[in-house]
Amino acid sequence: MVNDIMEGSSTRLLSPTESVFKGIRAAGIDFIVSVPCINLGELISMVDEAPDIIHVPVTREEEGVGVCAGAYMGGRIPAMLMQNSGLGNSINALASLNMLYGIPILMIMSHRGIEGEPIVAQVPMGRLTPKLLDTMDIPYFIPEKGTDPADIIVTAWNVASSEKKPSAVLLPIPFWRQQA
Amino acid sequence: MKRIDAITEIAAMAKDSHALLVGNIGVPCKELFSVCDMPGNFYMLGSMGLASSIGLGLALARPDKKVIAIEGDGSVLMNMGSLATIASHKPRNYLLVIIDNGSYGSTGNQPTATSRNTDLAEVAKGAGNKQIRVVDTPLDLRNILQTMDHGIIVVKAEPGNSAVPVIKMSPEGILKRFMDISSRPSH
Repeated sequence: MVNDIMEGSSTRLLSPTESVFKGIRAAGIDFIVSVPCINLGELISMVDEAPDIIHVPVTREEEGVGVCAGAYMGGRIPAMLMQNSGLGNSINALASLNMLYGIPILMIMSHRGIEGEPIVAQVPMGRLTPKLLDTMDIPYFIPEKGTDPADIIVTAWNVASSEKKPSAVLLPIPFWRQQA
Repeated sequence: MKRIDAITEIAAMAKDSHALLVGNIGVPCKELFSVCDMPGNFYMLGSMGLASSIGLGLALARPDKKVIAIEGDGSVLMNMGSLATIASHKPRNYLLVIIDNGSYGSTGNQPTATSRNTDLAEVAKGAGNKQIRVVDTPLDLRNILQTMDHGIIVVKAEPGNSAVPVIKMSPEGILKRFMDISSRPSH
């Protein structure tokens, strides 16, 4: 899959952050809540500077689930930028709000605690994250080499929207290493 | 004043101003349903603590609509960070009403921290909110609701639940009816 932008006569590859942002645009996402991760730093700045995206930094991921649900009810297309550790902070809300009523949300997660993780405290939730998503029957998507990460953002939102439930995109440490 | 007296005043104002109204989990939602069921009511049946967050998301998504969220002391204590997020955005169409009866009413009236030393109006102020009022009678609440269109009202109430029936709507039915109003552009 071609993943580049034209710069005059030459082309260059999009950085991981630019690819994710392209996917956010392509999915039509116009309302974003965020809790930071070091890997999301540039993306959060891009979102904050986008005039047509409402950006709400929240104090905790569970709070962000509520804000996104309200935004969806108000006609917006919501996503949450978060670290996977925040999944643990969100589970009751994802179940007793999103799943109960049929409210979609896209969680774009920096997946820490797996390959390449320098911080030992990240490891338990890193390993648990896919299992927790499986248990909750939340579909999740991981970019594979040779594919456009923007495409999985669009796919993940489309699944959330059509199935009226949460979905997730997991962006592991090696994904961000391609950052220029 | 009982909680249901406060809810009666809030619902009457919401009806008059065609506001979107988010009800809090448990007995407060049932009391709202019993005193004034309206298509613009969203009954939050789970996700304790998130009524103020849902209200904030709605208010930011729909700046053309008045949005009111009803919280309790126990639920605000569970998501106090929301007061900071609201202060950061301070939408001018968003009114948060915290009915503080010092107890977890829906689980058997166990005391909350506000029955001891915690002052939620001070917490809201410390979080950066500027428009904050405290009332303790239905008449004062009615008067404040007529003049205050955004900010936070803390209503001091007595503990206790009304004998009200369960909400006879499915979660999907609640959402669909609400979104027919909340997600539709105003003309």
